[in-house]
Amino acid sequence: MWRIGITPWTGGLVRSATLAAAVLLGACGPSAPKVEVIHFWAMGVEAEVLARLLPEFERTHPLVKVEIQQLAWTAAHEKLLTAVAGDATPDLCQLGNSWIPELVALKALEPLADQLAHSRAIQTDDYFPGVWQTNTVDGVLYAVPWYVDTRLLFYRRDLLKAAGFDTPAQTWSGWLAQLKAIKKMVGPQRYAVLVPLNEFEPLQILALEQSEPMLRDDGRYGNFRSDSFRRALAFYRELFAQSLAPTMTNTQIANVWNEMGKGFFSFYISGPWNIGEFKRRLPPELQNSWMTAPMPGPDGPGVSNAGGSSLVIFRRSKHQQSAWELLEFLSTPAIQQRFYELTGDLPPRRSSWQSGAIATDPYTQAFRVQLERLRTFPQVPEWEQIMQEMRIMAERVVHGQQDVDTAVTAFDAQVDAMLAKRRWMLARQQSKLAASR
Amino acid sequence: MSRRPDKQGFSQAQSGWPFAAPALLLIGVFFLLPVIGALLLSFTDFDLYALADISNLRLVGLRNYQTLLITPMFWKALGNTTVFVILGVPLSLIASLGTALLVNSRLTRFKGFFRTALFAPVVTTLVAVALIWRYMLHTRYGLINYLLTHLGLPAIDWLGDPHWSMPAIVLLAVWKNFGYNMIILLAALQNIPEDLYEAARLEGAGAWHCLRRVTLPLLVPTLTLVSILTVSGYFQLFAEPYVMTQGGPLQSTVSVLYFMFEQGFKWWNLGFASAVAFVLFALILVLTMLQMRLARRLGEV
Amino acid sequence: MKQRALIWLVNGSLTLLALLTLFPLLWMVSVALMPTGASASYPPPLLPARATLSHFHDLFAQQHMGRYFLNSLIVATSATLLALLLNAMAGYAFAKLRFGGRDTIYAVLLAGLLIPAQVTMIPLFGLLKVMGLVNSYAGAVLPSAASIFGIFLVRQYALAIPEDLLDEARIDGASEWRIFRSVVLPLLVPILVTLGIFVFLATWNDFMWPLIVLTGRDMQTLPVALAGLAREHVQDNEMMMAGAVVTVLPVLALFLVLQRFYLRGILLGSIKG
Repeated sequence: MWRIGITPWTGGLVRSATLAAAVLLGACGPSAPKVEVIHFWAMGVEAEVLARLLPEFERTHPLVKVEIQQLAWTAAHEKLLTAVAGDATPDLCQLGNSWIPELVALKALEPLADQLAHSRAIQTDDYFPGVWQTNTVDGVLYAVPWYVDTRLLFYRRDLLKAAGFDTPAQTWSGWLAQLKAIKKMVGPQRYAVLVPLNEFEPLQILALEQSEPMLRDDGRYGNFRSDSFRRALAFYRELFAQSLAPTMTNTQIANVWNEMGKGFFSFYISGPWNIGEFKRRLPPELQNSWMTAPMPGPDGPGVSNAGGSSLVIFRRSKHQQSAWELLEFLSTPAIQQRFYELTGDLPPRRSSWQSGAIATDPYTQAFRVQLERLRTFPQVPEWEQIMQEMRIMAERVVHGQQDVDTAVTAFDAQVDAMLAKRRWMLARQQSKLAASR
Repeated sequence: MSRRPDKQGFSQAQSGWPFAAPALLLIGVFFLLPVIGALLLSFTDFDLYALADISNLRLVGLRNYQTLLITPMFWKALGNTTVFVILGVPLSLIASLGTALLVNSRLTRFKGFFRTALFAPVVTTLVAVALIWRYMLHTRYGLINYLLTHLGLPAIDWLGDPHWSMPAIVLLAVWKNFGYNMIILLAALQNIPEDLYEAARLEGAGAWHCLRRVTLPLLVPTLTLVSILTVSGYFQLFAEPYVMTQGGPLQSTVSVLYFMFEQGFKWWNLGFASAVAFVLFALILVLTMLQMRLARRLGEV
Repeated sequence: MKQRALIWLVNGSLTLLALLTLFPLLWMVSVALMPTGASASYPPPLLPARATLSHFHDLFAQQHMGRYFLNSLIVATSATLLALLLNAMAGYAFAKLRFGGRDTIYAVLLAGLLIPAQVTMIPLFGLLKVMGLVNSYAGAVLPSAASIFGIFLVRQYALAIPEDLLDEARIDGASEWRIFRSVVLPLLVPILVTLGIFVFLATWNDFMWPLIVLTGRDMQTLPVALAGLAREHVQDNEMMMAGAVVTVLPVLALFLVLQRFYLRGILLGSIKG
């Protein structure tokens, strides 16, 4: 049994011998092919499902390995911005399209127009037009839509019928009449529509359906004191004032599907993920009693918000080519259809709608119609924060703490303040442009 | 270097630095520097745009502070935090004083066990216990509402009703922290000489009198310390709302620090958030000094 | 007789209070052992009908709890060791050694104790970004090791070291470092144990700073990971409780074993002149 280190010399000798052996062995063997690792961040259920789609990609790309990191939606915004600030961004990332302007302002995203021009897998005009707009900021394309999200009416067919109507109305006034009829039928303990107070999307949709935009002058000032927004907010408030909607958040509802099944409310403004949820959670005897329908607008069929998630490539990524190939893979109609089957997320390409399960599902047809009638929210980095503040303001109005006029005036001033830096930046850019001429 | 045992320090003159320097360096770089940095940041409008390109930074002097004073959400956060302090501090002090008196009593057996049991929540991780409390406070399946309904009282929507959400957080905070102050008060109680009690008892004083005339007056300095610690600690409320309520419902649990966190790390208004942090610090400083002055006044009576 | 009644009253109230205080912790363990969904029933169950370790298994196998545990361990241990070394030296220096500006610096440090840590978090993040330490163990450890309280604690204790002991060693020709290692450190052991526990507990339980600086999921410490899981899995109570148990148990155990030192440290710290 050797006693290594008997002299200071022996220890050192053994050490250097071991090191030399390691180097030799390493140099002599066949050099292993370099496997590229792409870091892909995704949120929620999409992240869970990716694991099933990726093996096919990895088969056709043997030198690429994809590592998925799942982020919770409730923390994703902070995590993304912290990652950008800390230079710890992934290669490919799923991004809610309302966050694209922020990341563009941070100069974090790689423009994709060039890649797109050379791509055979992705045809721009195959996509629903309303959705491309959300991926372009100041004329430059930074993202490719992955799935689209919009919201429309989920409703209890049987309860609507019992109240005397076959299908949901296409105008606000018609819909209001239907809601009142249902409310009369179900009584004081139940409601006609669920509009959770912790979501800003319903009010955003009502506002988007109006003729005037929510920001004016290229996103420099708020336009919330316009008649348009007042109308939207007033309609929103009416739903609560007339007890057509419960003044609750969705954490207070606990189980939305059960409650809709019990007839606690008959209409619910929600998105495509709930198709699968309702199918799963409503009892079999109620499966024929619910349906989807496009949003009613102020004077006719309404638009809805162009939401959804896109795929972005971060500028600092060292694997942009492989990330792009993964993006293309996820954008092919066949994969999009499978993705739909796994998540219920709607494909952004018309050709992905033409066959497969999605074409035959009766509940998705309303979405197909709505997707041709989309409108985008203003593409400013402050939009997310503006929407959160709008939600807080709307909650106050609904609870009667502020009337519509005071609320919109104060809120508009608040938005103007939030956009002050943007105004300064735009003014600076313009004066720089003018100076360089 | 002279080897003379010079107590005035010639042989020790320069030798302190290598020992103190590493710690001081760390503190200087990771604490003092950021404090100064925060002060400077609060005079700028550092935001998302500045993060992208530093040339987008502007020096705005006191504008952040001015904006702060007219931001309704800041005042709401301050109000919420004040409610928390007003409800929580007295409750916490009563709990810690009460338990300290009980544990210190001559009649108590197994003092060590009680002391440990009552102190245990202090060392637990807040995030973890906030979860069990969230469950205990559940409207339908929570134990607390179960007990309430059994006593014939109405169930309370603890985390859903804006009027009850802050009290719920107070319950959690008091439960978690009263043990800390209890230990401090216990030590102070044990320092009160027995003869004072003897003397009082000889004069015919009962337990209540002993408490009022002997114990409490001698406890004033410690009570001041404890209340200062609790008040300044409670003004720094953050983790409980973050984990339990996300500031809701209806922003009733947004504390000053929660507001700062959202402004700074959600919306990247870092200049503005730094101003919030400094205002909070100034507030705590003022309150601390007020409490010390009050204690001095009380001590003189 | 009255005496007997009083004894029962006092001890009884204490027992009740102790039970009330410990109850959430005990129930946490109980719920962690319940099968999924069992806790969302009315009336709320106190004990599991069928105890199961499945949630713990789940946490470690699927939710990477082992990784988070390791992260917490690495960060807390490194911060503790670093803080002990640095603060032992500095505390001793402030107590027993002379150097320029010593007392002024100490006064400034004490004033710094009044500043809440949150004031520094935003620029500290910026500083770490410049240093390239965001999302690294160093980023979480270094600010925790910079502790004014630690210096204060050691200094208070070191003041009691007799001067003659040190001078004798100096006469014998020992260097200051030698004196520190062989004479002072052994004497400081009790307070160092206390400080070690303090720093370990504080770092293990720390939530806000790791939340900000450890941006990558595989770097997160237990409290941050737990908060993240809680926001995601709002429905899975039992698994959340299992996660809470994993987070709380180590520090609770540490406390129970070393409580004498820990409690003494609080007292020393509270007698702040």
